[in-house]
Amino acid sequence: MSEFGILSFGAYVPITRLQRSAIHATNGWFAGGLRGLAKGEKAVANWDEDSVTMALEAARDALDGIDRTRVQRVAIASTTLPFADRQNAGIVKEALNLPDAVGALDVAGSQRAATSALLAALGGNETTLVTATEITTPKPASEREMTSGDAAAAILVGTGTPIATLVASHSVTLDFVDHFREAGEAHDYDWEARWVRDEGFARIMNPAIAELLKKAGIEGGAIDHLLVPVAVKGVPEMLAKKAGIGEGAVADTLGASLGHAGAAHALVMLAAALEKAKAGERILLASFGQGCDLLLFEVTGAIGSVKPRLGVSGWLARRIESSNYAKYLFHRGLLELDRGARAEHDSKTALTALWRNRKAVLGLVGGRCTKTGTVQFPKSEVSVNANDHAVGTQEDHPLAEVPAKVMTWTADALTYSPDPPSYYGNIDFVGGGRMMAEFTDFAGDALDVGADLRMMFRIKAFDENRGFRRYFWKAAPAF
Amino acid sequence: MAKGIRDKVAILGMGCAKFGERWDKDEDQLMLEAYEEAMADAGIEASQIDAAWLGAAFDAQNIGPSGIPLAVALRLPDIGVTKVENYCASGTESFRGAVYAVASGACDIALAMGAEKLKDTGYGGLPVRTRGTTHDMVGITGSAPGNFAQLASAYRGVHGVGKDDLKRAMAHVSVKSHANGAKNPKAHLQKAVTMDQVLNAPMIAEPLGLFDCCGVSDGAACAIVTTPEIARALGKTDIVTVKALQLATSNGWEMQAQGWNGSYFHTTRVAATKAYDEAGITDPRAQLSLIEVHDCFSVTELVTMEDLHISKEGEGWRDVLDGFYDSDGAIPCQIDGGLKCFGHPIGASGLRMIYENYLQILGRAGERQRQDNPVFALSHNLGGMPNQNVSSIAIIGRADA
Repeated sequence: MSEFGILSFGAYVPITRLQRSAIHATNGWFAGGLRGLAKGEKAVANWDEDSVTMALEAARDALDGIDRTRVQRVAIASTTLPFADRQNAGIVKEALNLPDAVGALDVAGSQRAATSALLAALGGNETTLVTATEITTPKPASEREMTSGDAAAAILVGTGTPIATLVASHSVTLDFVDHFREAGEAHDYDWEARWVRDEGFARIMNPAIAELLKKAGIEGGAIDHLLVPVAVKGVPEMLAKKAGIGEGAVADTLGASLGHAGAAHALVMLAAALEKAKAGERILLASFGQGCDLLLFEVTGAIGSVKPRLGVSGWLARRIESSNYAKYLFHRGLLELDRGARAEHDSKTALTALWRNRKAVLGLVGGRCTKTGTVQFPKSEVSVNANDHAVGTQEDHPLAEVPAKVMTWTADALTYSPDPPSYYGNIDFVGGGRMMAEFTDFAGDALDVGADLRMMFRIKAFDENRGFRRYFWKAAPAF
Repeated sequence: MAKGIRDKVAILGMGCAKFGERWDKDEDQLMLEAYEEAMADAGIEASQIDAAWLGAAFDAQNIGPSGIPLAVALRLPDIGVTKVENYCASGTESFRGAVYAVASGACDIALAMGAEKLKDTGYGGLPVRTRGTTHDMVGITGSAPGNFAQLASAYRGVHGVGKDDLKRAMAHVSVKSHANGAKNPKAHLQKAVTMDQVLNAPMIAEPLGLFDCCGVSDGAACAIVTTPEIARALGKTDIVTVKALQLATSNGWEMQAQGWNGSYFHTTRVAATKAYDEAGITDPRAQLSLIEVHDCFSVTELVTMEDLHISKEGEGWRDVLDGFYDSDGAIPCQIDGGLKCFGHPIGASGLRMIYENYLQILGRAGERQRQDNPVFALSHNLGGMPNQNVSSIAIIGRADA
């Protein structure tokens, strides 16, 4: 019998792990008080990633092995969406190559945007893909710079065989401003952490958790996983103690290995919990931001029947350490470097051409000749088959999920790249199809002819004259 | 079956500007420099030119995409002037236009000019250009060395050549061209270099170092063509005729299908086969006297030796290391210094190559003159990228060959 609930889950963590000690090595002279936070590492997005590209990867993680045509609505939750007016969820939809007849929703404005989106999906009756994503840009030498990280997660909610169902929920809304960021500003402004802890987390969340448990008719001791996506040390433990939740139930906030991924962090922690949860266990997700959203899930016997492609643990294991704090600052626009005359290239996007070619550009959909079977990218009226230039025989052939191999490559130090040298080359898709692609996320000498590749949706270029970013697919090392 | 161009058109005169960083000259002045030499060689008046073609790939000399810049620069007598562009084959394209005009009988005398002013970009290398709204969304924004460097990774993979062996063969190509350029007063770079200098130069695009890349230069070159009969009537006795002109343009197969292995130029192979057939050459390795090929990068020259069916496939690097293509080898390649040292003003290059071949056949190449009476000389251009390009071949030779 079909039920409504969480059908699958996934996550995404960018590959680079900036060492906090490297941040402190540069900023320590100025902000010596941050020494205590200069431990572990934080996940930082590459220059060609943003909240949309990260949400897309989390969605792919969650939809692994799942028929994408089931999705009826796509939501994206974030406080760092790249477009203020262009539906960000719409870009995710195109990159997933979903049918056009799906709904879309951008949710923003608070650290609990993700749980608000998830609650809305759980309260509806559509199969909804809820993504949450954040790429933070704190001020250099701030505490937030030390504690934050970039990540995304995705939860598919709908009718089917849920792996977890919502038992109860409780929300309160108060205009408690612990930090803020005005529209268009780059950085958050934070109030004193002790006040936020005592007057915010404690006074707002403690009674709310008690109310939720009352609604659910259970005691705190019945909670197996308490998820508190808060960067301040000790807060989850404090809430657990007050609610009678066992110490062992307090989930790792991933501070040491990832950092706090803002509005995305609630779903990142939920995805991490679902990886470990067992049938019958209860998960309490407590998300804070101008009040709080509390969601109580019960894990079903179907847990384990679906798995993300990598999940939080898999993405955390895929990592490249970096101590290059200057590179991070440059990629976030916090350090101006002389980019040279080659960076003056105009990257204006013809919106007409983008619309006409949206499936190829955003969805990496190529063509397959129904007469000869030849696969090509991009699709064209006349087949590229050397022996049969058949006309009008091609059908859509999605390539984003098709593995590929390096055919030729170079490391180009002359062309402008925010992360020189620029790696690119010809790649062959397994089963047909070829393109010249940029490579991303390669470390050291890993690139060579024959190397296995996986396509990833990334920023291709920034049009700084008009404030537009162009997306396309790049080839990353297979994983 | 088409009869081809063989011996239908003669070169009446040629000229070439000094290539290099011509900070003091505009493109119109460079064109005039080449034109005046060509006119003096041809021994005609401007009023005798029936039509002209201008080959240029980048900036349109402040007047726009037309033949006007050439007409204005030379003050041509209101004749038809057409601008052609086909990437690095643009110079040869202008030659093709003029030659075809004469061969058709529509013109008695036609002029071909190729010119480019690259040193006004403010940096080394080629200007970064859009390739169109759709391409820019899915293509890469790489550099020329980056695009051509990929030949090396593919060549190594396909032929099992070691990284060091290939790098040494590539380095030999550059050392050879520098040695040749040092004997050429019109060349951009006139300094010899050592193997160690080439091997240890800074990396531009793996595995191409600084000395594996050609010079970016300003320059112009010019040809005046007519029929052999008119040439004789004008008093020419030592006639050089056009033996073959072939052009092959990618249809997307290399880039989009999976048949091409990335280690060679499909278009050059096609154009070479047709050109030899047109010129009546049956054994290029035995019959060609000297060649000028599109050595934009050392690895390009190396694979082109195979694509021209002179070296065996996968063995071009051995011929290069054996000195087969050196100035004193069996078939000198880039005896004038090539793109590497003569310089590569895109639109001028094709005509510059024909100019050198023309001088060599006439025995007018000075210190670098080949002493064995060259008969057939081939020039070759490549435009675009290895996976999508235009390849042109022009073979000229003694009229009686």
